[in-house]
Amino acid sequence: MTMNEPFIHLTKVRKVYRKKDAEFVALSDVTFDVAAGEFVSLVGPSGCGKTTLLKILAGLLPHDGGEVRLGSAAHSFDPSRDIGMVFQQPLLLKWRRVMENVLLPAEILGLPLRESRERARELLSMVGLAEVSDKYPYELSGGMQQRAAIARALIHDPKLILMDEPFGALDALTREKMNLELRNIWQTSGKTIVFVTHGISEAVFLGTRVVVLTSGPARMADDIPIALPDKRTLEIKTSREFGDYNRRVYRLLGME
Amino acid sequence: MAAEKLRHYALGVLVHVVVIAIWWAFVELGHIEPYIMPSPLATLKTLGGENYRWIANATVTAGEIFGGYLLAVIVGVTLATAFSWSRPVESAVMPLLVTLNMIPKVALGPLFIVWFSYGIFPNAVIAFSISFFPILLTTARGLREVEPDLLDLVRSLRGSRWQLFTKIQLPGALPYLFSGMKVGAILAVAGAIVGEFLGSSRGLGYLMLQVQVTLDTAAMFMAVVLITLIGVFLYGLVLLLERLIVVRDARVQ
Ligand SMILES: Nc1ncnc2c1ncn2[C@@H]1O[C@H](COP(=O)(O)OP(=O)(O)O)[C@@H](O)[C@H]1O
Ligand SMILES: [Mg+2]
Repeated sequence: MTMNEPFIHLTKVRKVYRKKDAEFVALSDVTFDVAAGEFVSLVGPSGCGKTTLLKILAGLLPHDGGEVRLGSAAHSFDPSRDIGMVFQQPLLLKWRRVMENVLLPAEILGLPLRESRERARELLSMVGLAEVSDKYPYELSGGMQQRAAIARALIHDPKLILMDEPFGALDALTREKMNLELRNIWQTSGKTIVFVTHGISEAVFLGTRVVVLTSGPARMADDIPIALPDKRTLEIKTSREFGDYNRRVYRLLGME
Repeated sequence: MAAEKLRHYALGVLVHVVVIAIWWAFVELGHIEPYIMPSPLATLKTLGGENYRWIANATVTAGEIFGGYLLAVIVGVTLATAFSWSRPVESAVMPLLVTLNMIPKVALGPLFIVWFSYGIFPNAVIAFSISFFPILLTTARGLREVEPDLLDLVRSLRGSRWQLFTKIQLPGALPYLFSGMKVGAILAVAGAIVGEFLGSSRGLGYLMLQVQVTLDTAAMFMAVVLITLIGVFLYGLVLLLERLIVVRDARVQ
């Protein structure tokens, strides 16, 4: 995309889980770059090491070989402040109202409360939850809870958003809707997003690139730039190009 | 909604009234001897008897229950917290506590009396020892039960151990604490009374033994009623506290 150094640089990343006497190679030879502001979909069968890779990116797990570099000369990276995470479950705190849930990272980082509240309000209206900011999580639908989780991931204005199958627990219709919204959020916020999914069409629809992993142990099968129009509408899903990308990923995953 | 709630409570009260009515009818129509079973009215009348010193005795019993119970909550929560902060402490202390808990607390009563003499204190200690374990167990479990992904979220922000504890673990453990406190409240009442049976010179349990000698069954009934009321009050207090502190969704477990 640019001539600049990449924002995320992964070379031959390897991860081995060790248990007493057994070793399990979870990642082997993962190599790809992510430019600042990109939306990279990471797709692969379940158990292929996607979560493992995301945890390594988040600095939650050490890797056993290769190189992992985050940040560049042009885009500094502070590991404590520049990561926002969204998981498959919303993981909202039951005893906090939506607004207070969104504020959690700001509290942990000790950010000024008044500005954070202001920002939380903006984020909540961006994800369409302005009306329910005073409600408790149990009063929200699954989709709304996941939107709150996305707002929470953005509250401290991180540069990198790591999403681990964030829409995997939602019904198909809500999922479609969330895809459109996430694409919008990405375009307006300019964040770098690494989005893990095992949904192939979701990966193609959202990503500027799709990185395909295969299992046993996870290797990179391909790294596909997605040249679909910037404005992704539902019509794109019926286009020929979209179908071609999907087919390509299916083939890489040995499903054809 | 409100009407439904009202009906719910009214039904609860009604059932109590019906049971008391059946009690009354059973005694009156069955010509039951008062020393076998007094009527509700005869039971109530004992409240006028000055020899019973109801208020003084009830205060003593309530003091034992509340004192022992409060201590159980404090020690239980403190230990659970220590366990959640230090695995080695848990591994070292927990097996011992499990063993200690297997001791029938009633069996310790005579020992406590040797150590602490008669009085409020040994009985409070029995109430404490019997109600503390469920509080410790449930709280420890609640503190342990953190979603691994939530832990990752906090760690990804490089949050401190203290932040994890205050913002995630402790509030998350409150519903567990309260479920332990409810069990503990019932046990504390039993503990204090058993303590009074074993040896004491004051309290409702002591009074029961005194009036038993003269077959004053009505007073024994009244003592049981008062003990129950103290228990209900404590339990209600715990419920109220839970209602105030724990968000509804987290409550029912
Ligand atoms: N802590 C761990 N210890 C041992 N093996 C693990 C651990 N975490 C994950 N694995 C294994 O590594 C593989 C990849 O796991 P994961 O990264 O969760 O896959 P994915 O997210 O793609 O489903 C799986 O086979 C899983 O069983
Ligand atoms: Mg996973």
